[in-house]
Amino acid sequence: MRMELIQPFINSADAVLAQGLQGPTSVENLSMEEEAYRRKGVAAEICLTGEIEGRIIFDLDPQTAVKVASCMAGAELPQSDDLVRETVCELANQIIGNAVTTLNDQGFHFRVHPPHMHTSDHGAKSSEDTEALVMCFNTASGTVFMNVALRYHPSGVAQHAVAG
Amino acid sequence: MEQFAPVKRSEDGQPVRYLIVDDSVFARKNLARMVESFGGQVAGEAGDGITAISEYDRVTPDIVLMDITMPQMEGIEAAEKIVREHPNARIVMVSSVGYQENIVAALQRGARHFVQKPVKPEVLYEVIKYVMRDDGAAARSAGAGA
Repeated sequence: MRMELIQPFINSADAVLAQGLQGPTSVENLSMEEEAYRRKGVAAEICLTGEIEGRIIFDLDPQTAVKVASCMAGAELPQSDDLVRETVCELANQIIGNAVTTLNDQGFHFRVHPPHMHTSDHGAKSSEDTEALVMCFNTASGTVFMNVALRYHPSGVAQHAVAG
Repeated sequence: MEQFAPVKRSEDGQPVRYLIVDDSVFARKNLARMVESFGGQVAGEAGDGITAISEYDRVTPDIVLMDITMPQMEGIEAAEKIVREHPNARIVMVSSVGYQENIVAALQRGARHFVQKPVKPEVLYEVIKYVMRDDGAAARSAGAGA
């Protein structure tokens, strides 16, 4: 996987999480995913098509999701609140949107599809040409996992990004 | 949240009234908290471009905070339609995608400004003051932020 494609997502996640949670974050455990993706809790998935293809999943265990959503909402939220899932989706949207801005300015053109909740327990195993990279962001609210599986596809049809 | 000097309408000293348009409930709540900290009032909310147009006609806000990617009708198209009917409409686009092509498209279709998500309150505050500069007045108050 080309690191120049990944770095904007790491930088964006670091910046957006730090701002949203009003505290420092650190990146740990950068690793290639050997097995099929297994959901940890509340997960939002965003797909990319075009010159860059693949998907990114943000995954928070249920307790961390509640803490993150409560922190960003400025009020304690119950675990059952739809706003918890909504917040994870919006967080993913903001992180991807900022990374897309950087990549677009670097000349990559691709379409970002709106985020959706990843509800199945498992995901597809990474393939030889689309390896999955897993990053853990440590925050004061808990660990946020970002699972990135992208490949550069120069003949992909360039389209406009649509993240909100 | 940081305290800001209230931004008021110059003509009558009343709070600035906002229409907040975003398909994310979280984003709408977040923006509502910010504009209330600026002394503003949320006059209406919408989750898509079509509803934004009808809500604009219904509540005639002073400022619209408009997301770009939404179901049914996107924000740039909705902004264009609102400005066509209401040339003095003040629309500020609020999106996570801030590359130049997006910004230029929004401004060409009538938006007054562009703010990238995640929104920093102090940035939005300055944009609101700028957009309201002809008819808004930030009250001076001791210890106010920004």
